Amino acid sequence: MLTTTSAPDQDLVDGLAQPLFVLGEDGTRHPDTTLDPFLHDADEELLTGLYLDMAVIRALDDEAVALQRQGELGLWPPLRGQEAAQIGLARALPETDFLFTSYRENGLAWCRGVGAQEMLSVWRGTTLSGWDPFAHHMATPQVIIAAQAHHAVGYAMATQAQGKDDIAVACFGDGALSQGDLNEAMVFAASFHAPVLFFCQNNQYAISEPVAVQATVPIALRPTGFGIPSLRVDGNDVLAMRAASLLAARHIRSGKGPMFVEAVTYRLGPHTTSDDPTRYRDEEELETWRHRCPLGRLERHLDQLGASIEELHAEAERRSEETTAALREAVTALPVPAPESLFDHVLSTEHPGLLRQREQFRAFTASLAPEPTETAQTGGPAS
Amino acid sequence: MSTTMTMAAALNAALRDTLETDPDVLLIGEDIGTLGGVFRITDGLQNRFGAARVIDSPLAESGILGTCVGMAYRGMRPVAEIQFDGFVYPAFDQIVAQVSRLHYRTGGLVQMPVTIRLPYGGGIGAVEHHSESPEAYFAHTPGLRVVTVADPQDAYSTLRAAIECDDPVLVLEPKRRYWSKGEVDSSVTADLSSARVLRRGADATLVAYGPLVVTALEAAVAAEDDGIDLEVIDLRTLAPLDRDTVAASVRRTGHLVVAHEAPGNVSLSSEVITSAVEDCFDRLEAAPERVTGYDTPYPPAALEDHHLPGIDRILDAVDRTLGRRSSREVA
Ligand SMILES: Cc1ncc(C[n+]2csc(CCOP(=O)(O)OP(=O)(O)O)c2C)c(N)n1
Repeated sequence: MLTTTSAPDQDLVDGLAQPLFVLGEDGTRHPDTTLDPFLHDADEELLTGLYLDMAVIRALDDEAVALQRQGELGLWPPLRGQEAAQIGLARALPETDFLFTSYRENGLAWCRGVGAQEMLSVWRGTTLSGWDPFAHHMATPQVIIAAQAHHAVGYAMATQAQGKDDIAVACFGDGALSQGDLNEAMVFAASFHAPVLFFCQNNQYAISEPVAVQATVPIALRPTGFGIPSLRVDGNDVLAMRAASLLAARHIRSGKGPMFVEAVTYRLGPHTTSDDPTRYRDEEELETWRHRCPLGRLERHLDQLGASIEELHAEAERRSEETTAALREAVTALPVPAPESLFDHVLSTEHPGLLRQREQFRAFTASLAPEPTETAQTGGPAS
Repeated sequence: MSTTMTMAAALNAALRDTLETDPDVLLIGEDIGTLGGVFRITDGLQNRFGAARVIDSPLAESGILGTCVGMAYRGMRPVAEIQFDGFVYPAFDQIVAQVSRLHYRTGGLVQMPVTIRLPYGGGIGAVEHHSESPEAYFAHTPGLRVVTVADPQDAYSTLRAAIECDDPVLVLEPKRRYWSKGEVDSSVTADLSSARVLRRGADATLVAYGPLVVTALEAAVAAEDDGIDLEVIDLRTLAPLDRDTVAASVRRTGHLVVAHEAPGNVSLSSEVITSAVEDCFDRLEAAPERVTGYDTPYPPAALEDHHLPGIDRILDAVDRTLGRRSSREVA
């Protein structure tokens, strides 16, 4: 069993036999010796907060899917089913820990205060980077599978060199396990004791490929070969996810090097809005996982604690409506960038070749513009 | 004999017909099995030929190409699918340092009949890394053939020829043309070393390839209104380049315009124009022109129409090389 006080040099992986969990599917609280030390503060107020977070990001996600269907967004990668993993992680870390994620972590972005316009702009195609990474301590989402793992390790090594105690987090899916980048990142992290958390949301599929194509043994076993301790956690149990993240963050912050958390979860929706999951998954499997819904599980637990579920629902609805209204408003208000902004920021200083192209572009665009009319030339209010 | 189909269906038919006739051919790539590929190019093939010949690979592009090298050592003819242009870079090392060199390095003892299929180019409103035109990186690599297709017939014949070829061939598939239809005759063959003259014309030679071939043909039709008679060449083989066909045309027209989506800096247009200058400088009546993507990273989708060469930009360049008034004088 993994402890947090000594170097985990014997059993490097916990949760292999059964992913660690503390909430049963019926909402009953179960003891767990690994996670319990990180659950002291889990009172009704905290649980309610976690529930509301999950409800809001589910609503946000549904709304973004709807916006895509209405043609307002080019694409959207739904996170439905993975709320507990994302909220559990986000609510375990101080906001100064730096996140390097892929494209599906919009729940994390929301927790980090990323605004509606910032979140949607990339998916509407008006920008390549929706937000300021430094303002939110969250890198701009990565599309190249596993590339961000290296970035997180580099950030962590730099943090360490500066003698600071914040950590970096690399978020990725099960598919990333196959990329050289992730495996190389684990070598660097282990060799240099980098303060980095490898956070894998194993949602069972990489587009159409079941996780068995990427790993024939539990994913949490992979890091142990690099000497990185890992936890395999029920990714639909927000309480377990939060506790595991707290454990890992403390381990890493105390100077013991990297740690790996595998959240065993499921993507309930398509890979992205252009994917057709009926080609590769059956309804039966989907139904099994619908029953493991992270929101329902926590709700049943809150019910057992005597919380008012009616009030909880009302509050969830109020906050969700607020968030989705903001999304709807943001999407149409997103400005289309000026055509000439094509040429901005290619290099940090202008160079003559690009200046010439910009001039030519301007001339070409002007040559297409309709001839100004009489009124446009002479009219307009005198100022 | 010939049937109307989309370019996607033509590519699917080429793979099917090859798998049918050559037991050494196999397909490997991400999501190419049950899903049939994200563009459905391999639709139904795993069902028909089994998971050992249509292999859903782990999510690792370097792994896909490196594995193909080993398979080729053992006499197979693997056809790798890279899911999108922007994801070929993790495999760059295996392609340029391994696949393309083994024949040379072993003095011809080892053959690498590896076909790499790569959907490429913009114009579909995609997110970052899904609209790249990386052809110049690869065309620069000795030992590697680089071809690109423009219509369903060409797609069918060229892909079959690529798989039959004993050299490694990178086949660039213009994804924004996947859904355009045309006649396909499965008995038509293609060779991997010649450009195609698609339209005869007397005033200027317009060279394009891949997604811009359709645009170039449209530009030629539009130019007729201005009394300009354009010759249109589909370059098709980017490496090795068929410079003879281009030179023969330029000798007749005296004018050259090259169009492609990739940035112009150190690009195919650099090469085509340099070749023309070397081959027929004496017959050029004006400086050649090029119309390309700008020397910027591929922009967000909202701006891609400005970035991609369209009919107007092509005609503007035609005007310049013919000494007519263009946007650069108007401003
Ligand atoms: C290097 C690279 N190859 C291929 C892709 C195309 N692609 C995008 S997402 C994806 C599946 C990723 O699966 P996983 O890592 O499990 O994450 P999930 O999407 O399930 O969250 C693939 C193949 C990519 N983005 N980058």
